[in-house]
Amino acid sequence: MFNYLLRRLLYAPLIIAGVMFITFLLFFVVQKPETMARNILGKRATPQTTYDWLHKRGYDKPLFFNVGQTRSAPDGHPFASRGLFDTVFFNQMWKLATFDLGVSDVSGRELNEVFREGALPSLLLMLPAYVAGFFMATGLALYLVFVRNSALDAAGVFVCVALMSIPAMVYIIFGQAVVALSLNYFPAFGFELKDWSSMRFLLLPVSLIVVMNLGHDTRLYRAVFLEEIGQDYVRTAQAKGASNSRLLLVHVLKNGMIALITFVVAHLPLLILGSLLVENFFGIPGLGNLLINAIHTSDLAVVRATTFLTSILYIIGLTVTDICYALVDPRIRLS
Amino acid sequence: MNWSDWAQNFLVVAGIGFVVWIVMHGSRSDRWQRAWSRLRRDKVGIVAGLAIALYLAIGALEMIQIPTGSGGSATILALLLRGIPAEDTYSAPLASTSFSLAKPKPLHGRHLLGTDALGKDVLVQTLRACRTALIIGGMTSAIYIPLGTLFGIFAGYFRRWIDDVIQFTYTVLYSIPEILLLISILLVLGEKSLGKMSLALSITAWVSLCRLIRGETMRQTERPYIAGARALGQSHWNIIIHHLLPNVMHLVLINLVLGFSNLVLAEAMLSYLGVGSPIGTASWGNMIDGARGELSREPAVWWTLTSATAALFGLVLALNLLGDSLRRAFDPKRG
Repeated sequence: MFNYLLRRLLYAPLIIAGVMFITFLLFFVVQKPETMARNILGKRATPQTTYDWLHKRGYDKPLFFNVGQTRSAPDGHPFASRGLFDTVFFNQMWKLATFDLGVSDVSGRELNEVFREGALPSLLLMLPAYVAGFFMATGLALYLVFVRNSALDAAGVFVCVALMSIPAMVYIIFGQAVVALSLNYFPAFGFELKDWSSMRFLLLPVSLIVVMNLGHDTRLYRAVFLEEIGQDYVRTAQAKGASNSRLLLVHVLKNGMIALITFVVAHLPLLILGSLLVENFFGIPGLGNLLINAIHTSDLAVVRATTFLTSILYIIGLTVTDICYALVDPRIRLS
Repeated sequence: MNWSDWAQNFLVVAGIGFVVWIVMHGSRSDRWQRAWSRLRRDKVGIVAGLAIALYLAIGALEMIQIPTGSGGSATILALLLRGIPAEDTYSAPLASTSFSLAKPKPLHGRHLLGTDALGKDVLVQTLRACRTALIIGGMTSAIYIPLGTLFGIFAGYFRRWIDDVIQFTYTVLYSIPEILLLISILLVLGEKSLGKMSLALSITAWVSLCRLIRGETMRQTERPYIAGARALGQSHWNIIIHHLLPNVMHLVLINLVLGFSNLVLAEAMLSYLGVGSPIGTASWGNMIDGARGELSREPAVWWTLTSATAALFGLVLALNLLGDSLRRAFDPKRG
């Protein structure tokens, strides 16, 4: 048990290091800092302004190991070297490890501050959608399992697959055009954080996110519950005379929940995707909106930081789930 | 007609031929024949398969270039549809005048699904966009299927450090939310193209296949026939190609079909986000992107969005249903 926990806890930093390396590879090796500078400064940049831009951010240093060479210094004098590890790679890694995310390439604002501002609106949108979506999908899945092997079950699965086959943006375009613009039930755009009246801005986006993910989730949970139904303990309970609903609501739900938790955590990135488009459409100033704007202005610093931050959260989530598993499930605890 | 057209034709024919060869080759095994006899009785699966064949046929017509009389070349589909006249601007489905409240102009012909802002026939655009979806799906599968399968088998068969390296690599990739990784890769690669999109998609797509194949390979290597083959002195390569590969191939097929549907959806999503198909390519994602503002016009222009979505929906739904049918056919106990 202790061994398992220790191994799991030590593995997480290793994975985080891997993610850091991949983001570095993408944003500093595949795309050279010089290209980055030219893209941002535009066509009229002189070698001197390009150099200044690179120098200000420390991107003019060698990539991996500092063995005395200089890069892109037009006036020819080498910069003051502070040892073998004074390079883009190690400086970036250090910054990421200390959660110093740097500044936006376009607006020049501190990213830590930008993310802090965007987190609350995103959370207000995602959390209700997450909870409501989970309960709805679980309920529907349990019902489909209750009527398993019937025409209703088959129809339900078909509807789930059909819901999955519609791209996310079509739900949003359609929802915004019909429910908000034509029927005028909800505001179609905007957000303000005041009191409970801010709810009216969130109601439609939240329901859209729920509907968007419902098909996928219900089908997945149904498969999990069906797997549980085939287990021996279910037959035992049946033999003891447990009713079908007691079987499902007490035995299967409880045991299936253990498997569901992993899916719920693994689903987080999908939620980010959903809120990404939804926030942009409804003008909610959250992290998804930030990312879309960054894509359109090619603000790579924001994309890089978002990728890194979400990955970290995800890894932490997965690790915590695994540890909870170990605490709950004796099969892992004793191995 | 120049050599690149011929090369393209050759690749299309070779690709289709290769898939047919794999299926013919695989169908010799008992497991595949039993699955086929079950699939034949599955009406949903057969209808889905026929629908996919229709999409493939339309896509192939748009991919194969044939010489025209004047020395140039055009795709078969373009030649078949060249009789449809172009208009000046929007027109509703089957309308006789163009879409303008102030001064409607008579149209040159009737359009079953109307025309878009530039006066192009929407039905033609929708059919031509098939090609983009199939190219993305096909090219990505051609990259990630062999990689994922081989890495999975290597990890499951050799175990030890090979397994550790492969497992670590995909855990790191899996820890970065898919959509963010895709956006990062595509932004960094610059200039949009279908090839780059396929490359990015294959980097994220191989992970789930590799995990699946690794697990199944581990299960297979426990079985006596592998120990027998080893005892008879067969080389590792022989065991992998002649014993392990045929026994995991059905999982690859199911993954290919289900993965294809995800790729089609991903293409639409990425094009919509502005990092996918190059501007001017007929693609469902680009059509949906263009239709974003059209619904809020007065009266609403709904037909571009509807036809692109319907075409995309049809393909993705058919792929999902066929994938489910295949899974049931190969593994009836766990359907």
